[in-house]
Amino acid sequence: MFTPHTPQEIEEMLKVIGVDSVEDLFAKVPEKYRFPDLDLPEAMTEMEIAQELNEISSANATTDDFISFLGAGAYRHYIPAAVDMILRRGEFYTAYTPYQPEVSQGTLQAIFEFQSLMTELTGMDVSNASHYDGATAAAEAANLAYHFFRGKRKKILVSRSVNPQYRETIRTYMQGLENVKVLGDDINDEKLSELEAFLAQIDNDTALVVVQYPDFFGRIIDYTKLVEIAHTQGALVAFAFNPTALGILKPPGEFDADIAVGDGQPLGIPLSFGGPYLGIFTIKDKFVRKLAGRLVGETVDTEGKRAYVLTLTAREQHIRREKSTSNICTNQGLMALAATVYLSVLGKNGFKQVSNLCYQKAHYAAEQISALEGFELAFPDQAFFHEFVIKTPQPVNEINLHLQDHWFLGGYDLAHDYPELENHMLIAVTEMISKQDIDDFVAVLAEVTND
Amino acid sequence: MTEPTIYELSQPDRKGFQFPKADVPTTTVPADFVREELQLPELSELDVIRHFTNISKLNYSIDGGYYPLGSCTMKYNPKINEEAARLSGLANTHPLQPIETVQGNLYIMYQLQEWLQEISGFYRVSLTPAAGAHGELVGAMIIKKFHLVNNDEKRVKILIPDSAHGTNPATSSMSGFEVKSLPSDERGNVDLELLKAECDETLAGLMLTNPNTLGLFDENVVDVIQMVHEAGGLVYGDGANLNALLGILRPGDVGFDIMHFNLHKTFSTPHGGGGPGSGPVGVSEALAEYLPGPIVTIIEEGDDDNPPFFGFYYPENSIGRMKAFYGHFGVLVRAFTYIAMHGPEGMRDIAEKAVLNANYLMKKVQDDYPLPYDRTCMHEFVVEGHLPDAPDVHALDISKRLMDYGFHPPTNYFPLIVPEALMIEPTETESKQTLDAFAKALKAIAKEAREQPDLLHNAPFSTPVRRCDEVKAARDLVLCCWIPEE
Repeated sequence: MFTPHTPQEIEEMLKVIGVDSVEDLFAKVPEKYRFPDLDLPEAMTEMEIAQELNEISSANATTDDFISFLGAGAYRHYIPAAVDMILRRGEFYTAYTPYQPEVSQGTLQAIFEFQSLMTELTGMDVSNASHYDGATAAAEAANLAYHFFRGKRKKILVSRSVNPQYRETIRTYMQGLENVKVLGDDINDEKLSELEAFLAQIDNDTALVVVQYPDFFGRIIDYTKLVEIAHTQGALVAFAFNPTALGILKPPGEFDADIAVGDGQPLGIPLSFGGPYLGIFTIKDKFVRKLAGRLVGETVDTEGKRAYVLTLTAREQHIRREKSTSNICTNQGLMALAATVYLSVLGKNGFKQVSNLCYQKAHYAAEQISALEGFELAFPDQAFFHEFVIKTPQPVNEINLHLQDHWFLGGYDLAHDYPELENHMLIAVTEMISKQDIDDFVAVLAEVTND
Repeated sequence: MTEPTIYELSQPDRKGFQFPKADVPTTTVPADFVREELQLPELSELDVIRHFTNISKLNYSIDGGYYPLGSCTMKYNPKINEEAARLSGLANTHPLQPIETVQGNLYIMYQLQEWLQEISGFYRVSLTPAAGAHGELVGAMIIKKFHLVNNDEKRVKILIPDSAHGTNPATSSMSGFEVKSLPSDERGNVDLELLKAECDETLAGLMLTNPNTLGLFDENVVDVIQMVHEAGGLVYGDGANLNALLGILRPGDVGFDIMHFNLHKTFSTPHGGGGPGSGPVGVSEALAEYLPGPIVTIIEEGDDDNPPFFGFYYPENSIGRMKAFYGHFGVLVRAFTYIAMHGPEGMRDIAEKAVLNANYLMKKVQDDYPLPYDRTCMHEFVVEGHLPDAPDVHALDISKRLMDYGFHPPTNYFPLIVPEALMIEPTETESKQTLDAFAKALKAIAKEAREQPDLLHNAPFSTPVRRCDEVKAARDLVLCCWIPEE
């Protein structure tokens, strides 16, 4: 399909090689298994597959068709046109990993700027060039802490109000390491707001404490005391943050977090059914040599001109092999570029605007919904950002089916992950939702209770 | 000229993008949590577009030129793939939408699972891993869990040939295995005698790349796999070099138990300057219960009038979740499009032309560059970037000089078992004219190496920057740009 060889060229090439046919090149492949018949559909032309894809995609209903209040780890935001225009440049998306700095300054400078934006956003010292997503970044934080204590501290304490998928991923990553226990998220704290039971678990066997900010329920929790206690016990603290929130909220660095990880999807990356997204990984200076993944540093070339290179590569798999801190190789280069362009286009002013719009609209929605009979805020006294939990008069899945008929995507059903939160819906509101949308949503919700 | 950073370009109070004003009554953020300072750049949209356009021009790319990068399969990235992944019907779906509203997505994922199974000969595929190394990690975890479930915890040793990718040993130790390196024999195959000596009751598995990183098809592959199986171990296949095998041999057929695919290599999804990749994992029937989920399945069979209804399931003894949601869906759509455009003959054509190109180029350059393993190669080959009559010139110098001739250098100093290695993978999408031009450049450089070695030591001359001071970068660590104080 994309092979350029003419019959005459093939003949010429075979002659140079000194074989009679292309098949002769595969003589070493065991005959018994050679040239299997593949049961694949016949090849389509570009025109045919384009039509087919149109048809397939029309079997979906999207967040453009619905008015969506779904969040829970993936958020629908406006993406300025400039972002994708840059991503579509072949110079960026068809480039390889920048191992050869002389011909990769574009990618290297973009990552360097990404690292700069991430440290500024989080208030941390150092950012790497990215991880796969927020969940794997959280798992790599556990990995870093484990190695930082050379395996001597065995506990990774993860708050129950950390995204359930992040918690699962941390468990998966940790299962191969000797005697490591991932704890904390099994504490059945009735209100999920009292940190006391969780804090009591932090001890001198704890390598890392993981919290989310704002947490999975959207709540803005003051972790000052938690960080103090953890540090007193010698443990590290990782924040899993939402980047949009950091437009108006105090960053993890100001809480004295050791590691701050997040998913950069809200920064100009489409929902795309869950990926590819962007794992953000930032740390305090002192962990830089334990940091997994790629890092870009500034230097000069032989003529003294400013240049960028991948640096501290001695940490990485292709040099240290089994002694490296992680096996990460390919990461999310192009997604990091998307976030860099997004933040550059929005700038200081635009990013604060979007953060504030999310906050304001979510608060309006929370007020309107909780005023409905039978609906109430699950955590009424708690500050929140752009997501909040509503206790519903009926099971969430029933309400959502009703909402779907009116072209609304209701919030996430927390009963999936929290048995104690049956009839609790996690609602996300971004700048994409208008006041009218919220009012219409509330009107449909009101019908539900009247049914 | 050096392109300033976004912070150097920033002008205080310059306004760019504007959001609409709030249409709801506003309230204040609790004082304890208010952010005091956030110093993002202040730029116009034109500033931003010009900046990123300018720096993009400092990059080498497939769209701009030839990348003979061994083990990386830098083939052409068809443009329809990009359109496909951006279709609003796909790109604007939320991962937690009710499954009845995303049947199109699930159909694509199900088909891709089926196709990858058919191409590789594996029983089941999970699409969740985010990249090749992530898929490898899945493989190592499955090996670990398999032995654990079988109460065979003494199996702690993973064998890795010395020609393997660095991710293999890194992955194994990340999963808590002991790594034992296995030297290759003089033909570049796994050494059967040495392997035999390691086949004991502590053997957990072997990680094997075939064709290996020398570009050679391991002549003993069937015996190697049998030996490991007889000793109670599992065989993991590194799928980085699958491009050579499409329609030629199915790894599952010869007994590999697990393998990851690199969709960003074999199936033409772009490398993106270092990701996103995608690393689905295929396994034999006995290991299907350990795969990471969620995996797409048919919940309700279809009939003449109705399509099947798709949903997700989690394998019974799954190693667990590897990341949030279901894998790099946008990348999966691209690979789906690519496979659909090839069909069975097209698949085999890819491998045949990749191998034809590699053997042709090997013949064209082997007079000038020592070839340590003189055999028919698969999709890539390794030469020594060190000429007997130019002792001061190294693989690095040759690589840098190639840039002056307009080419991206091959992978160098890898595999580690060949001194001064230059690892060359042409891929099937390059024409004879491109290969001839590249061979000509290598010949000219060999001549320069003998006659003017300093020219090579100082190369490149024509790139946006010259050789960079990597020692300074690591010593004076500068990891983010100057950011103005507020």
